[in-house]
Amino acid sequence: MEITLTHYLVLSTFLFSIGLIGVMRRKNLLMLFFATEILLNSVNIAFAAISHYYGDLTGQMFAFFVIAIAASEVAVGLGLLIIWFKRTNNIDLDAMTSMRG
Amino acid sequence: MFEAIAFYLFAFLTALMFGITVMTNQALYALTALAAGMIFISAFFFLLGADFLGAVQIIVYTGAVMALYAFGMMFFDTTRELKEKNSSSLIVFGLSGFAALMIVIIFVSPIVSNNIVASFPSYENVGNAQEVGMVLFTKYLVPFEVAAVMLLVAMISGIVLAGKKMDRSLTQMSEEEIQEMRESDKKVVL
Repeated sequence: MEITLTHYLVLSTFLFSIGLIGVMRRKNLLMLFFATEILLNSVNIAFAAISHYYGDLTGQMFAFFVIAIAASEVAVGLGLLIIWFKRTNNIDLDAMTSMRG
Repeated sequence: MFEAIAFYLFAFLTALMFGITVMTNQALYALTALAAGMIFISAFFFLLGADFLGAVQIIVYTGAVMALYAFGMMFFDTTRELKEKNSSSLIVFGLSGFAALMIVIIFVSPIVSNNIVASFPSYENVGNAQEVGMVLFTKYLVPFEVAAVMLLVAMISGIVLAGKKMDRSLTQMSEEEIQEMRESDKKVVL
């Protein structure tokens, strides 16, 4: 029984859909951030798998850049979240209606 | 055989951990489960021969990002039960499955065309970390530097955003001073 590229792609899809379910059902912004981390990680698995099965290092390179982007996203997002919590004392998405969107 | 066992074991564990992250109502459980899931994902990278990526995954995600979340959560009221809207889970699951299918098509459609040539083929008799270094510091040098600048910008913005009112040291103030500061803060409309 050999593990093929398809196995990894199916796993990546499954984890991606778990993350998407999280993005859609969460109202709390902190939990929404957790779900986006899941999305980024599932795509990283697909990149690494394709990189391995085609003997090409480009996939791993892109996975590195995805990790760098995730790290900076967390830094900026958490800073904004802390300011928002200091001002309004909650981080619910439904309460963010100051722009009347 | 060993690879298959490891793959299915870690696939199950990762899915379980991420499921807990998505479904639980406690922020602390979600954070812990997410950190565990990140570690299990690095196992896939080791299985795929991407040793350096696996190490970076553990260091950056579990070491840096999760620690950042943990410290950030001190600012929030995390013990409170979170209320989530549970409108029509059928739509949520349907849309999630559809979007995930789209991702598969995006990844697979170049593969099935069967004329892929590796643009940076793996080197012979060289470890993974060395390979990564060779490609990263030749072909991907400019994106690497841009990513470094982006991380610097993110660090500065994080300090500027979260570091407001950190010029006053709460540990060296007396109780009266802190009380007074709180009173004056309430009057000021931010």
